[in-house]
Amino acid sequence: MEGLLPDLEVVRKDFPILSRPMADGHPLVYLDSANTSQKPQVVIDTMVDHLERHNANIARAMHQLGAEATAAYEDARDKVAAFLGAPDRDEVIFLKNATEALNLAANTLAWPGERQVGPGDEVVITEMEHHSNIVPWQLLTERTGATLRWFGITEDGRLDLSDIDELVTERTKVVSLVWISNMLGTVNPIGAIARRAHEVGALVVVDASQAAPQLPIDLAAMPEEERPDLLAFTGHKVVGPTGIGVLWGRRAVLDQLPPFLGGGEMIETVTMERSTYAPIPHKFEAGTPPIVEAVGLGAAVDYLSVLGMTNVHRHEQVVTAYALEGLQSVPGLRVLGPLDAAQRGGAISFEIPGVHPHDLATVLDTRGIAVRAGHHCAKPAHARFGVQSSTRMSSYLYTTPAEIDALVDGLEYTRSYFKLS
Amino acid sequence: MTTDLDSLYQEIILDHYKNPHHKGLREPFEAEVHHVNPTCGDEVTLRVHLGDGPGGTTVEDVSYDALGCSISQASASVLTDLVIGKPVDDAMRIHDEFLTLMQGKGQVEPDEEVLEDGVAFAGVARFPARIKCALLSWMAWKDATTTAQLEEAQ
Ligand SMILES: Cc1ncc(COP(=O)(O)O)c(C=O)c1O
Repeated sequence: MEGLLPDLEVVRKDFPILSRPMADGHPLVYLDSANTSQKPQVVIDTMVDHLERHNANIARAMHQLGAEATAAYEDARDKVAAFLGAPDRDEVIFLKNATEALNLAANTLAWPGERQVGPGDEVVITEMEHHSNIVPWQLLTERTGATLRWFGITEDGRLDLSDIDELVTERTKVVSLVWISNMLGTVNPIGAIARRAHEVGALVVVDASQAAPQLPIDLAAMPEEERPDLLAFTGHKVVGPTGIGVLWGRRAVLDQLPPFLGGGEMIETVTMERSTYAPIPHKFEAGTPPIVEAVGLGAAVDYLSVLGMTNVHRHEQVVTAYALEGLQSVPGLRVLGPLDAAQRGGAISFEIPGVHPHDLATVLDTRGIAVRAGHHCAKPAHARFGVQSSTRMSSYLYTTPAEIDALVDGLEYTRSYFKLS
Repeated sequence: MTTDLDSLYQEIILDHYKNPHHKGLREPFEAEVHHVNPTCGDEVTLRVHLGDGPGGTTVEDVSYDALGCSISQASASVLTDLVIGKPVDDAMRIHDEFLTLMQGKGQVEPDEEVLEDGVAFAGVARFPARIKCALLSWMAWKDATTTAQLEEAQ
């Protein structure tokens, strides 16, 4: 098949978990990468090596190990900055996940400062957000008296931008949206939306949790009007460990925002009356950070860069196109989201009338096939399509066409098991 | 493998799923609750109507509206079969027995005298991800019944 990663079988050997047998000796068919990705040996080894040989607290330890640990942590920041094409490496803030990054944005915007959101202001999100990019903005608008508004979704699973000029106005202070939907797979035109938001002076926040694993990102190369002001992603979906996430922000914006958490490392000086704060990135990294997790993330993004994100993206598109074709050959199956692989990411949600997603997932699981069943933390997007839950398959750089075949076979088997004709 | 799956999807469960008993919301009722399984979004709205019977306060009716998988739907149906017409105390004992079965990791031998069709759920206990599905309506029923009893006491 044209466009798959070269040496896919070799790449798969980098991921030890892919060769473990599942119950009853079935091979693992892991189609839940939008939930969390699997980890290559190099990430595991880098983390073990760090713990075995370089472990110390960072920045505050005056010894060799402290220096090594600090260098490893800051080195990881350089790697992430390169991965994003960040204009400035200090704009990369390490946090614990994408959720924390989005909460940092929503909280600090509620507090006194140049960017403070208040009564009469509006925050615009979309109906296809993950709960992590809905709830923080609900909290912000509830607490500040601002109004929450959102873009709807069209029948074919795209953002309805027809009312963008009425939605994004001088009252809009923040536009926060997902780059690639974790439920519908839709790739949103963040450049065009950022352009409009910037015209009215709004801050643009992008949830890149599903985009960072799949798309080549080059922030510095984006025209400034189209570049997000803040961008969040989570380490565990880019073949890195859990417990580490990233907020990238334009320096000018990060400088304007007040600190989020207070504590060690984020200060310049402290007296009993008041404190002054360290410059970014440390201003937003209070306390001992997830050090080994950051080091693991550095190894992960390096791994992706060696494969080449352009190649990873092409692989995802080829596998997704093959999966869309296979899924649609299953009688009755309805895909929720765009049907054109060129315009979507690798997460495909679907339903088969007559079989609840839980039951589907359980039957597939007994065949070693791991998918997600439920609302995928996107209840409003499900409600938009009149479904309470769905089944989601999500591929990644290690997914083979044969695994898609196994899924389709499993779905056929499920239909016959539940006696659907 | 098929045996494992068959132990989960017993014929009885699939029958209750296809033809649920006592489904729909009815009057009268003293308490109505709405429970959701936050991880998957399954939902049940459940009403309880209590009355006086020879054995003390009796479950006169349990009516419900549920959205969810075969296990959660069938479980609601079996629940209503088991508790409607029973004194509340007996019904609570059946509830406890079902809970023990579900939490028993597949090691508990179900008592068919007490659980009747409910024994079909023994296989569910071996699928940790599905136990919550089986318990959703039972938790809702206990909640509604306790609320109804409190109302009555006031
Ligand atoms: C689009 C999107 N946003 C945010 C998140 C939250 O990521 P995390 O739970 O790692 O904070 C996820 C992952 O579940 C996601 O898919």
